[in-house]
Parts: sequence; structure tokens; C-alpha cells
Amino acid sequence: MITRAIQRRRRRLLQMAGALAAVPFVPASAAAALPEIPALLTYLSGRTPGTGRLTLDLPRLADNGLAVPLRMSVSGPFTPTSYVRSLQLFSEANPVPLMAAFEFPAPVARVEIETRVRLNGTQRVVAIATFSDGALQAAVAEVEVTAAACMDGS
Amino acid sequence: MTRGLASAAIVMVVYAACASAQRSESPRSGLTFASPEIRAMQADDVANPGMLWVERGSRLWQAEPDGAAKSCAGCHGDAATAMRGVAARYPAWDAGTAAVLDLEARINSCRERRQERPALPRESDELLALTAFVAHQSRGMPVAVHIDGPASAAFERGRALYRTRVGQMNLACTQCHDDNAGKRLLAETISQGQPNGYPAYRLEWQSLGSLQRRIRACFFGVRAEMPAPGAPELTDLELYLAWRAQPLPVETPAVRR
Amino acid sequence: MPDARVNLAGPVRRGEPFEVRISIRHAMETGYRVDDAGRPVTRNVIRAFVCRYNGADVFSAQLSSGIAANPYLRFFVTARESGELTFEWTDDAGVRGTERAAVVVAT
Repeated sequence: MITRAIQRRRRRLLQMAGALAAVPFVPASAAAALPEIPALLTYLSGRTPGTGRLTLDLPRLADNGLAVPLRMSVSGPFTPTSYVRSLQLFSEANPVPLMAAFEFPAPVARVEIETRVRLNGTQRVVAIATFSDGALQAAVAEVEVTAAACMDGS
Repeated sequence: MTRGLASAAIVMVVYAACASAQRSESPRSGLTFASPEIRAMQADDVANPGMLWVERGSRLWQAEPDGAAKSCAGCHGDAATAMRGVAARYPAWDAGTAAVLDLEARINSCRERRQERPALPRESDELLALTAFVAHQSRGMPVAVHIDGPASAAFERGRALYRTRVGQMNLACTQCHDDNAGKRLLAETISQGQPNGYPAYRLEWQSLGSLQRRIRACFFGVRAEMPAPGAPELTDLELYLAWRAQPLPVETPAVRR
Repeated sequence: MPDARVNLAGPVRRGEPFEVRISIRHAMETGYRVDDAGRPVTRNVIRAFVCRYNGADVFSAQLSSGIAANPYLRFFVTARESGELTFEWTDDAGVRGTERAAVVVAT
């Protein structure tokens, strides 16, 4: 049987953590305000990105902050004068705010990237798409990153 | 005559009930407790980081270790045929060493006795790669181990250890993985602690790791002293866990958090 | 001995995007960990990654410690003529890794 001490600890921790039900991929809210990450603000240089064409998918609750699957995609249509040149990922709480920058020297009709990122605790991630004509699109996603239930010293 | 048959039937029913009461009525793979993200990672052989070790293992299988006469392939040929079903039977009694060996120990035994090379250290990249490669050849096949005859002593020790309280938290494996499987511990769901996906890529390790490493991590988790890598009690537990897992399919390389 | 696994999803038709996936064996050491003796483990992550199609750059990435160990990338490339995709990456220690995959374009 789980001892009463364990039960008490579990109840306290659950109360602190809140009810975190596991939820599958939730697309970023288009209306969410951009977190004020200095590296992001520098990149934007006062410009306001549009929303609605860039999708940033991350799990609502990460299994483990060391490897969180991420997907970004930009919906078309793209033209010879308006296509995606780059995609950038900014972190609100990581020690290195610019997580990755992807570039398309050759335009492609399907702009979709998947990778796995490290997240240093619960935070928001911002994706920015930069078009050949200078237009910008943004998407934000929030990820809960919790401590492992059992410590692993192996 | 009828009474004799009836009592024999009662004895058989009672015996069967006792035997099955010691094993999960329906063993469930760790995958069934995992998130959609983990399931997707495991299902995709390119996204699954464990496959990087399987691929390294396939190269090691072909390569001649420095100074040795033959590679694994030199004796065994194509692993897809020769090693098919092998991992599903492990841990197993090995007559040559007169002990129950897990797959890692069996590979090392071959290395020492047939290739005349030193054994590979536990958790070394080479041993992980070879073990993952060999186990991968049994992917999809049901775990089926022998616990009778010379293996029975190790099995009984493993079963007893599984039920022994250890550590500052004074917990036995069965209390989490049988009594509370499916329930939440902080933000995680407790699994049945099945071994069928190992060696597995654990996100926490950022690497592939062995079943022994995972068991040692559990000892650490209940604040118990971890058995040393390769300790006999770890093999005892591996054998018990394999028996308990039947007939779950081998999933190596699994992905776990 | 860089390990990498590449997969190109077919069918590959001229003028259309096709899926490219690559998984690379690399610890992506963040530089924030300490070893058992308490000494910091030096940062070493893959920085520059590039995919070339018959010699021309078609996709590149600047990565950081914010990308998980054993990095995985999935992206799309527009099919042109048959040939080869080459992948090249360099880490902080200056170690270069390469991989290649044949591209067969259905005309």
C-alpha cells in the first residue's frame, strides 16, 4: 500500500501543480499577444507581424522538457514575389532565446518543419515567418513543462 | 469416477487462479500509458532516436573487432534471420556460463569466448548498439521466456525482489506498477513497468539505455541504493519482468519519457 | 563516425514538394550540465546545417542548445531533376558530419 506520507505528499504536489490533464497538440492562438522577448523585439524592430497563416504546434503538456516535438507550417498561396524566406523560433525562458532559424534559399510550395526542442520550464514559444517581400507572420504556443515524478540518478 | 474428475477439475482451477494472480491479468505495454507524442515518436523509424543505435549496431554486427578473427556476421550470418526471436527468449539460462544471462551478458559472453575480445562495459555505446540491434530483430514477436529448470532459482529471487520494500520510501515495485498502474504521480501516469521495449530511448536520458539502467533508476527513485550495473539481482528482476510481460511484443527500440 | 538516418518520402514529382527527414546522432551538449565531479561539461551543439540539392542550397538551419539531443528535422524540398541531396552539419567542436540520399524524380 502507498503509505500515508506518500499520499499526503502526492496530494500537496497535485494541489500545487493544479489539474493538468494531458491534451493533444493544441494549435497556437492567433490572437495571443507576443511575449516581450528581447531577442524577438530586436528582430522585429518595431514591426507588427500578422497572424493567421503561420501555425505553431506544440503539446500543451510536455512529456519531458528535454525533447518536445514541434511543428511549424505556413499556409499558401505563395507567389514568385511573396514566399517564405525564413522561420525563426524564440523561447521565453530558455538561456538561449533564439532556439533555431531555418532558411529557404530555394522557395518551396510546402512550408512545413518539424523538430524537437528543449524547453527550460513552462513557457511560451514564438515562431516568426519572414517573407521575401518583408511581410511577417507570428504564432505563439504555451507549453507546460513539469518535473519528473521520480528522480533518475542512473 | 465423476467425483475424481470433479476434484481434479477444482484443483486445476485453483492452481490456474493462483498462477495468474501473480501476473497482471492483461499486461499492457508502456506505450498504452504514453502520450500521443511519445507514441508517434516510437512509431516512426526515422523520428525514433533509438533507431540511430540500431543502425550503429548493424554496422558493428558486420565489423571485425580489432584483432578478432570474425565479426558477428562471420559466424551468425544475416542477423534478420539468425537473431530473429532471440531477444524474445531473454533473459535465459546459459549452460556455458551456468547462469541466467540477459542479452547484454550473452553478447559479451560471445565476445569473450568466440571473438576473444574483452567484454564491453555495461551502458557503453557499443554494447547498447549491439543489444538494440539484436533485440530489434525480434520486434513484434511475443516475449516468451523459460522460468523452469535451472532458471527457476533466478526467477524466484526476481519475483521476491519485485515484492520487497526498498529505499527511504520503503516501496516495492508491485506497489506502484501493479497496485497503482494507470494512476497519476505528479503529472505522470504510472505504467506497469514492462520491460518489452528495452533497450529504449528515454527522453530523460537523452540517449538509448538498457533495462538494467531503467531498473537502477527506479531504485534511485524510491531513494534506495542502486544495485551496481551487471549485479545478479538485476538479471533476476529482468527474468521475472520478462515472464510477467508475456505475451507483450518486443518493441525495441521503444521511446519512453 | 557520424550516425544519421535519412528518409525521402515519395513519389517525387517534378515541380512538387517532397518530404525530407533526417535524424542525427549528436548529444547537443548544452554547456549547462555539470559532471559527477561538479565540473561544467563544455557546450557542443550542431550550429550550422545545410541541405543541398545537386549542389545548390535548398534548406539551411542555425541550431542552438534549444534543439533536443539527437536532432530530428523534417522539411520539404521542391523536386527538379533527379540527382542527390547532400546534408552537411558542423558542431561547436568543429566536427563535420555529412549524409546523402538519392533523389529519383518521376517525370
